[in-house]
Amino acid sequence: MKWTRKDLVALSDLSAEEISFVLDTASEFKDVGRRRLKKVPSLRGKTMVNLFVEASTRTRTSFELAGVRLSADVVNIAAQTSSLSKGETLKDTAKNLEALAADLIVLRHSAAGAAHFLAGRLRAGVINAGDGSHEHPTQGLLDVFTIRERLGRVAGVKVGIVGDIRFSRVARSNLQALVKLGARVTLIGPPTLVPREFERLGAVITHSLDDVLGDLDVINLLRIQHERQKAGFFPGTGEYAALFGLNAARAGRLKPEALVMHPGPIHRGVELDGSVADGPHSVILDQVTNGLAVRMAVLYLCGSVPPKEEA
Amino acid sequence: MSLSVNIRGGRVIDPSAGRDGTADVFIVDGTFAAAPAPGAAEIDARGLVVCPGFIDMHVHLREPGQGAKETIATGTRAAAAGGFTSVVAMPNTNPVADHPGIIAWMEERAAETGVVNVFPTGAITVGSEGGQLAPIGAMAAAGIVAVTDDGRCVQSHEVMRRAAEYAGMFGLPVLDHCQDASLAGPEAAMHEGFWSTVLGLPGWPRMAEEIIVARNAMLAAATGTRIHCQHLSSAGSVDLLREAKQRGITLSGEVCPHHLALTDEALQDYDTNAKMNPPLREQSDIDALLGGIADGTIDILATDHAPHAVYEKEVEFASAPFGIVGLETAVGIFCEILLHRQQVVDLPRLISMLTVNPARLLGLDRGTLAPGAPGDVTLLDPDRAWVVDREQFASKGRNTPFHGWPLRGRAVRTIVGGRTVWNVPE
Repeated sequence: MKWTRKDLVALSDLSAEEISFVLDTASEFKDVGRRRLKKVPSLRGKTMVNLFVEASTRTRTSFELAGVRLSADVVNIAAQTSSLSKGETLKDTAKNLEALAADLIVLRHSAAGAAHFLAGRLRAGVINAGDGSHEHPTQGLLDVFTIRERLGRVAGVKVGIVGDIRFSRVARSNLQALVKLGARVTLIGPPTLVPREFERLGAVITHSLDDVLGDLDVINLLRIQHERQKAGFFPGTGEYAALFGLNAARAGRLKPEALVMHPGPIHRGVELDGSVADGPHSVILDQVTNGLAVRMAVLYLCGSVPPKEEA
Repeated sequence: MSLSVNIRGGRVIDPSAGRDGTADVFIVDGTFAAAPAPGAAEIDARGLVVCPGFIDMHVHLREPGQGAKETIATGTRAAAAGGFTSVVAMPNTNPVADHPGIIAWMEERAAETGVVNVFPTGAITVGSEGGQLAPIGAMAAAGIVAVTDDGRCVQSHEVMRRAAEYAGMFGLPVLDHCQDASLAGPEAAMHEGFWSTVLGLPGWPRMAEEIIVARNAMLAAATGTRIHCQHLSSAGSVDLLREAKQRGITLSGEVCPHHLALTDEALQDYDTNAKMNPPLREQSDIDALLGGIADGTIDILATDHAPHAVYEKEVEFASAPFGIVGLETAVGIFCEILLHRQQVVDLPRLISMLTVNPARLLGLDRGTLAPGAPGDVTLLDPDRAWVVDREQFASKGRNTPFHGWPLRGRAVRTIVGGRTVWNVPE
């Protein structure tokens, strides 16, 4: 197929074919990472700006490294050092970057829809590196990539996503991609964090991890944020861990070949015990490695689409 | 310019008198009269509906203090272009209209720069902060027609109770923006449902409105004061209002065009021109609102005209202000949906919801063609086809989700006190 998108805003926008195409492209780039010379000239002469209006180390570093390995010129801008902290609007900041001929803007922002907002207003390609609680498409892609690589398929695979679904962009992007590729997705957590509306997106919802644990091929644990406890979504991390944490006893009931995933950073002892995070089911570091390959694929594909002309 | 006109040969619909038939309407020196004045101007209204001038009891004119969004001059011209001869101005200006001096200033400004009647409301509480009562008596003397903290909702039931008791002393209705702040807090951006889930936006659940509607029913029953629930959006609110009215409680409600025309699906591309408070909800809510209009539970239509500058709306969704302009599209939307598509009301009922009903609620001597009343007339063509073009708006606001919509039904001439303030361009 021919890739025609200058932006990657949300996996809800992508067809199953497009998602598979990105994954196939990522496989090729993963091979590049195994070479002694880890750099290819695909984006030589292109300028990529990491515009991170919300704090992130892991995702920003992964995008930066992806850009560098594609030979793009990479500039990092963090919220604290940008004009955004002086009250400049996001639109004006991005227009200024474009005036400096940035070809790709990788945007992390606390507001849902921020990437969509910029994509519609800029000639440059916009890659969503996480927008509020909306989507984190490259995380969804790298998770699906990891499942496909490890299990050989995605269709029919039983995936459980556990935790703070309500506020999770990772859960949304995973769900969009997994459902499109035919996986069977169960969302697990208390009703306060798992709204029923997710059923309309093709997920099954349960409030009992123990009921479904032994049937899962993949269990993806989301980080539980302390802010949620303060806001009254659950009584405390202790009770949360008791009900929904993947401890060693629960891990013992997993299928032998089941994968344990986590988008990071992990709260050890809350959603995931350290021994499980480091144990035989864990593919958490594979996710990090694959993230680089997936982001190279996304940057390469979107960066190779000619910019749209001014209307 | 003469303020005497003879409006000839139209279909005269005056729900205040149960009138519907072909007749002539006479205005003599700005006031309706039984017989024409000699030398009065003639208006040929054949083929048009002649009705009392429309009253919009929910308008944000943004003056004082927010002239980048709208002014009394531009807002009243937008009203005229939409067929409204009277607008009720909400007090969430800057400063808040919580003092007779500001009310007097607005009235003066309206007399100098406005082209339709402006009826100010006063804040319920000082600064609309929900605590101390504003000087309601002094504002009543200055001419307010109601009190409201619109844009915000009095959270303390105790304060709301005292406000209802106190405003009742002056015969003033209390208008309430029904929103429980603990259920729909400062983060709430859109209706809580499927689309908020997909879009990852904090939800504004129906119950946040319904709990306050229920509270207001109890307070209206206890105090006897008229409490009017503004811009109802949820199905449960309609049920609560219906039950309250059946029990004879002095509770009422209004509906805005956008809550009949759009659902939360309109936000799927993060369109900030579909961001409003209360939010667009679901088809089942639209059906309930239509049912409430059909059976008379809801008997007032209003716009919640809320202009914002383009630069204010062209931001990330979470940062965008709530609200859309409505004065210049409302009549078209109401005719299109209520008359033509859904046929939930006939023309006299539709007109009553824009004229006599709000006039009676607010105690205005308008909304009627009766001799002696101020000569405010809207000439309506309920079938006229037109297309919304926001670049043609008289309002400063361009924040509408209806740009490009084909509609049937438009005011073609607006007359305030015998003076024509708007003529539809050919």
